[in-house]
Amino acid sequence: MKGDNNFRNFSVAIISTWLGIFALFAFLLVLFASFMQPDSNKIFNFHFTLSNYTTLFSSLYVIVFFKSFYIAGACTLFCILLGYPFAYILARKTSRWKDLLLLLLIIPFWTSSLIRSYAMVAILKTKGVLNNFLIHLGIIHHPLQLLFTNTAVMIGLVYNLLPFMILPLYANLEKFDNRLIEAARDLGAGKVRTFTKVILPLSLPGILAGSILVFLPAMTLFYIPDLLGGAKALLLGNLIENQFLLTHNWPLGSAISVTLTAVMGIMLVAHWLSSKNRSGEDFL
Amino acid sequence: MKKSQTRPIDAIYLALIYLFFYLPIAVLIVYSFNNSSYSLVWHGFTTNWYHSLFSDSGLWIAALHSLIIGVLAATFATIIGTLAAVSLYRYRFMGKGLLNGMIFILIVTPDIVMGISLLLLFSILNMPLGFWSLLLAHITFCIPFVVVTVYSRISGMDKNIFEAAKDLGARELTIFTKITVPLLLPAIISGILLCFTLSFDDVMISYFVSGPGFEILPLKIYSMARLGVKPELNALCSVTFILTLLLVVLSQKLTRKES
Repeated sequence: MKGDNNFRNFSVAIISTWLGIFALFAFLLVLFASFMQPDSNKIFNFHFTLSNYTTLFSSLYVIVFFKSFYIAGACTLFCILLGYPFAYILARKTSRWKDLLLLLLIIPFWTSSLIRSYAMVAILKTKGVLNNFLIHLGIIHHPLQLLFTNTAVMIGLVYNLLPFMILPLYANLEKFDNRLIEAARDLGAGKVRTFTKVILPLSLPGILAGSILVFLPAMTLFYIPDLLGGAKALLLGNLIENQFLLTHNWPLGSAISVTLTAVMGIMLVAHWLSSKNRSGEDFL
Repeated sequence: MKKSQTRPIDAIYLALIYLFFYLPIAVLIVYSFNNSSYSLVWHGFTTNWYHSLFSDSGLWIAALHSLIIGVLAATFATIIGTLAAVSLYRYRFMGKGLLNGMIFILIVTPDIVMGISLLLLFSILNMPLGFWSLLLAHITFCIPFVVVTVYSRISGMDKNIFEAAKDLGARELTIFTKITVPLLLPAIISGILLCFTLSFDDVMISYFVSGPGFEILPLKIYSMARLGVKPELNALCSVTFILTLLLVVLSQKLTRKES
C-alpha cells in the first residue's frame, strides 16, 4: 500500500501551500514593509527603518489611535450590555420558536453589513424615519442632526456587530451546567452573588470571544464611519485605507496593520488563558 | 436554573432587539417601492425603481462579475477547505497544529489586514488587479469557513467507518469519494452556499484587490451609497439582501436537519 499516502500528501500540500502563500507569506510581507522607508513612486524603499512606528506614535496618529480604541471599546461595552441578557434569555428558552430565533440571529452574521449600514442611513437621516417618527409622536419639534455624528457611527457599529457578540455568548451560556447555580443557591448565595461569583466568571471565555469579534471589526470597518460619520479619518480602518489608496504610504499603512494584529494577538492570548481549562469552543 | 417559561419582560426584550436588527432592513424594502425620488414620505406604490434597476447595463455587468467570482471562489474554496478539514480530522502530519492555528487566526483576523496583505503580495508579484486577484483573495478568505463547517460535521462521525473501509481494502482516494464526501454532502453544500454569500457581499477585502477594469456589485453599491440615499439603491440593496437571505436560510436548513 505504498502509493496510498498520495491522497493524504496531496490534501495536506494543497492547503498548506495555499495558506502559506496567501495568508502567512502575505502577512510577513506586511510585517516586512512596515520596517521599510516609504517611497511615493514604488511600494517601498529598501531601507530598514523604525520611523513608521515612531510616526505612528506621534501626535496626529496617536489621537486617531485613542479615538479608535475609545469608540471600539465603547461599542464592545454596549454590545456586552445589550447582548448578555439577550443570550442569557435565549439560552434558557425551550419554546418551539427557538430554531427560528436562532436563524434570525445568524442571518445578520452572513448577510452584507454594507447593506445594513446603508439601511441605517435612511433611518437616521435628518428627514429620515426616526426623526419623522419622533416628530409625529410630539417628542421633538425639530429634526435632530443624527447622521454624520459620532452617535450615528456608534449606532451603526453596534447594529452591525451585536450578533457577533451574542453568538459566542449564546454558545457559552447554552452549555452552562445549571447544577452549579443550584449549588450556589443551596449554599446561601443570593441572585446577585450567584451571578457575579458563578455565572459571570464561567461565561468569561464567551465574553472575550465576542469581544474579539466585535472590537477588531469596530476599529476597521471603514465604510461605517464613511457612510454614517462626519469625520473621515475616525477609525484605524479609515487611516489604513488612506495610507494605501490615497496618500500612498504603504509602509505606514503596514505599520498600523501590524499594530492592529498585535492587539488581536493580545486578545487571543487572553481568550486562550480564560478558556484553557474548558473545551474552548466558544467560537461558533 | 430550570428551563422555565419565558417571562413577559424577557420576551419584550428579545422582541426589541430583533426589531432593532430587522426594522432598518424592512424600512429599506418598503421604501424601495415608494413613488418619490427624494423624500421618505410615502407617495404611493411603484415598481419604477426596479425597472430602472433592471435596465441599467452597468449594474448587470457588475452583478455578472460578482456571480462569476462567487461561484468560482465558492467551488475552489469548498474543494480545498473540505480536503483540509478531512485531513485535519483523519491524518497526523507535520505542522498540523500550525495549520489548525492558522485557520483559527484567519477567522478572527480583521478583513482589512487580509486585504492589504494580499494587495502587497499581488503588487510585489507585479500582478494586475482585477479578475485573478479578486478570485485568489476570495478563495483565501472563504477557505477557513469551509474548514470549520465541514470539520464540525465530520467530527461527529464514527471513525470506525473509515477503519472498516480500510480493512476491506479501500484506498484513501476511494474512501474519500465513496464514503467521506457522500456523508459530508450537507455540510459541503452548506459550505458552498455560505462561501458564495460571503464572496457576493464582500467589500473590505475586494476594496483593496479589485481594479477599475473589473467592477463587482458590492463595490458598486458602496460607491453609490457614498452619494446618499437613492430609491434605485434601495431597490438594489433589497434584491441583494433577499437573495443572500435565501441562500443563508437554505444552508442553515442543510446543516440543521441532521445534527
